[in-house]
Amino acid sequence: MTQLSRRTVLGGSLAIGALARPAIAQGAPLKVGLMLPFSGTFAALGENIAAAFELCLTENGGKFGGRAVTLVRLDDESDPAKAPANVNRLLGRDNVDALVGTVHSGVVMALVQAAKEKEVPLFIPNAGNVAATRDLCSPSVFRSSFSNWQPAYGMGKVLAAKGVKKAAWVTWDYAAGRESAEGFRDGLKSGGAELTHVLTLPFPETNFQPLLAQIPGLGVDAVGSFFAGGGAIQFVKDYAAAGLRDKIPLCGSGFLTEGVLKAQGAAAEGIQTALHYGDGLDNAKNKWFREAFAKATNRSADVYAVQGYDAGQMLAAGLAATKGDAAAVKALAAGIRATKIDSPRGAFTLSASHNPVQTIWLREARNGENKVIGPAAEALADPGTGCKMPV
Amino acid sequence: MQNAGVSTFLAQLLNGLQYGLLLFLIGSGLTLIFGVMRVINLAHGSLFMIGAYLAYVVAGWTGSFWFALPAAISGGILFGTFLEAALFRRFRDREHLDQVLLTFALILIFEEARSILVDNQFHSVAVPELLDFSIPIVGGFAYSAYRLAVLAVCLAVAGLMVLVVERTNIGASIRAAAENPEMVGLLGLDARRIHMLVFAAGTALAMLAGALAAPLQSVYPNMGDGFLILSFIVVVIGGLGSIGGAFWAALLVGTIDTLGKAYVPQLAGIAVCGLMALVLLVRPSGLFARG
Amino acid sequence: MKSATSRGNTFLALAGLAVASMPFWATAYHMQLASTALILSMFALSLQLLVGGAGLVSLAHAGFFGLGAYTIYLLGPVSILISLPVAALTAGVAALGIGALALRTSGFFFLMTTLAFGQMLFFLFHDTPLGGGLDGVFIQRPDTIWTISKAQRPTVFLLLNLSVLAAMYAGLWLLMRTLFGRALLGIRANEHRMRAMGHPVQRLKLAAFTVAGMLAGIAGHMAALTDAFIAPDLLGWHRSAEALLAILLGGIGFLHGPILGAFALTLLEELSPLITERQRLVEGAVILAAVLLLRRGLAGIGR
Repeated sequence: MTQLSRRTVLGGSLAIGALARPAIAQGAPLKVGLMLPFSGTFAALGENIAAAFELCLTENGGKFGGRAVTLVRLDDESDPAKAPANVNRLLGRDNVDALVGTVHSGVVMALVQAAKEKEVPLFIPNAGNVAATRDLCSPSVFRSSFSNWQPAYGMGKVLAAKGVKKAAWVTWDYAAGRESAEGFRDGLKSGGAELTHVLTLPFPETNFQPLLAQIPGLGVDAVGSFFAGGGAIQFVKDYAAAGLRDKIPLCGSGFLTEGVLKAQGAAAEGIQTALHYGDGLDNAKNKWFREAFAKATNRSADVYAVQGYDAGQMLAAGLAATKGDAAAVKALAAGIRATKIDSPRGAFTLSASHNPVQTIWLREARNGENKVIGPAAEALADPGTGCKMPV
Repeated sequence: MQNAGVSTFLAQLLNGLQYGLLLFLIGSGLTLIFGVMRVINLAHGSLFMIGAYLAYVVAGWTGSFWFALPAAISGGILFGTFLEAALFRRFRDREHLDQVLLTFALILIFEEARSILVDNQFHSVAVPELLDFSIPIVGGFAYSAYRLAVLAVCLAVAGLMVLVVERTNIGASIRAAAENPEMVGLLGLDARRIHMLVFAAGTALAMLAGALAAPLQSVYPNMGDGFLILSFIVVVIGGLGSIGGAFWAALLVGTIDTLGKAYVPQLAGIAVCGLMALVLLVRPSGLFARG
Repeated sequence: MKSATSRGNTFLALAGLAVASMPFWATAYHMQLASTALILSMFALSLQLLVGGAGLVSLAHAGFFGLGAYTIYLLGPVSILISLPVAALTAGVAALGIGALALRTSGFFFLMTTLAFGQMLFFLFHDTPLGGGLDGVFIQRPDTIWTISKAQRPTVFLLLNLSVLAAMYAGLWLLMRTLFGRALLGIRANEHRMRAMGHPVQRLKLAAFTVAGMLAGIAGHMAALTDAFIAPDLLGWHRSAEALLAILLGGIGFLHGPILGAFALTLLEELSPLITERQRLVEGAVILAAVLLLRRGLAGIGR
């Protein structure tokens, strides 16, 4: 597998623009742009996604659909204001044939925009904005991860089944937070329970005290939340320190306890979350994947790695159908939708709006692991509201 | 429900007090540096970030958070002395534009150094074991002992600062310098020593605040950004160079920010800036400025 | 602040022609890159009226830029003939209000208050649903005058941005020649003297603050139109600092300095990632070099 070196990119960028590039011949390698955060808060996520994508490519002998693949890495810095320029770099300067990206839900909007306009296939390996597979859906946009709505829906459904009547949702005030609140609400509603309060604070602040002080007075049976990374660590610890853990159970979208259990320590013990992946999911593919990923990177696989790997599998399935032609977007989409993706999370297919139809697992934090208890919602599809996919 | 509303409100006031006191540690250093040296320092928030990361690193090395506090204070004094001697002393004669850009460059360099020396991750810092328990406050809401201890430490530091600035000879020189920087030379005071002292103290305070906040807020890249703006507002409301002014302004800003986040979360940031606008309308030199 | 000499004006005219001829020899990507530089030029040029003109260093300027950008989103798809004046007006009104308050202070306080007011505008779009949230929003590009195909877009926007920048530069060039412009320079040189001579210093400053805000709004409007995507980060004070850097790098003493600075920064931002991923170090080093070594900026080299 070759990765385009900095020098080649430099040469490409400085080459006089008028030098026309040869039309994409079947023999020429296919260029895939990995636009991911390689610096900043989400750097670790970007690295795992990229490494797993490369793992998938290596597994396929460096070829998808019979065509050699080269990767172009670009650090998006998780900066939405720089996103349009960064997408331009990959499409205009590096002439990539397909895009993979990204983590930040603002930056991904610029990718979706470009993928729609220029009809370049885009694979979203994390960002869960519902819009990407709802009103902004497009034949060229695919998601290998989840919609923010899905995990929270699973959690709400489980709570309602347990007899919870009223619940609150605590989150950062941004798209992922609001959309997960909607999922939680719909999940609760499916079992006759109600979401009575949504408490928010500006992203990425971690001063949770003003929110926590309100919780005892809300009169709810359970509190759900969507936080990730450092916010998740701090929120779980502060929730326990505020003396709320034993009074009103805390639960959440799986990111609340994903990759942060060690730092949360005892405060996280017993917290139930819902996600499309869990530690120790018992299937052969997961076992193989975790071993292969650890061997390739010396790191443990996580949900982000799974999503990156599956982005590779989806691209491979599409290119197999078009014999390596990424520009034949319709045939590519048909190929991907006809394939059952053999994911470490369990096999899944794509919905008509190109979001995974997948099982959301209920997990419980025990001794530093998110133990899978069972399915919270099986074969759950995002509603895909407002998606008008041209056929 | 009425009762729950009242006890929640009381808990929020306590949150505001605690947040405001932390703000005071950052803002008081800033107001002294502005007041005495007349140097703008946009990197003051980064000093807070450095203090927090230092606490994270030291606590990790030694296995105990207790070493983090003296490390932050002594590290702050050393670092502040170095910064003053190597850079800020020279920035004083520069135009505002240069000062803004030079200290903006410092922010970038500090953040990159943090990225190289530590990493880009969020990190949680464990509360010291001795204080790892909670005390019920009001209406089913508890406060961690550590949070209460931070509140007490901030209060103690504030008292100490008022004492030093208002009652000692050094304090008198600082006050004289803050009121009229040109006077210092005329009075035969050693301006260089006062500048170095003030800058070192301001740096140490910001880094101490960062270290204290580390177990409360986690450490993460750019964590000083929000505090920079808030502490600027504290300086404007409190009046340049006024420790007492900074104290009351910090409590006011902390309380309004907390109540805003609790009751109108989307307008909290705007509310604090609005407060500053109001003060500027009424008293452009600061609400608590002398005279 | 000097306007460009005849030599400088010849250079600017040639550079303008070179940019205008890009559709004949450059790729779409390089034209988009040039558009980015043109927009940063407009933004920095608008701030130059304050910095090089009246001697006011404002950190709220990105707020007005962002307001101009968000005007397009808030208006919905309308003709540029409507959105451009509305963007200028919105940013101008905000600048008038903020300037009226901030100019009650001076020196450090002015810096600090503009920083806080700029952040207030940032919070307005970052924390409230007004502008579609912190993840940013797409702009539905209006079909202006004629329908622009995707392939034509880079060319059309390049020429449009070039025209707007040229108009802005010409306008400021003329403005600095009026009594108003001379009075501003007088304030920068010696405010007390101007006041003693009976000039309405406060009003002059407020007028400059407002005009600069309007021009920043126009720059933001063009940015939104060109990129078709806007995010609250456009309003953050870091962007104001970047514009200040463009001014200082280009040459604070020259009206055309910000344009040189903006092009130099854009080029640097394009090329330096190829050498190192540590972008902040590069930017920090450039600032140090500009402040400590290049006192008169690029425009002052060889003078």
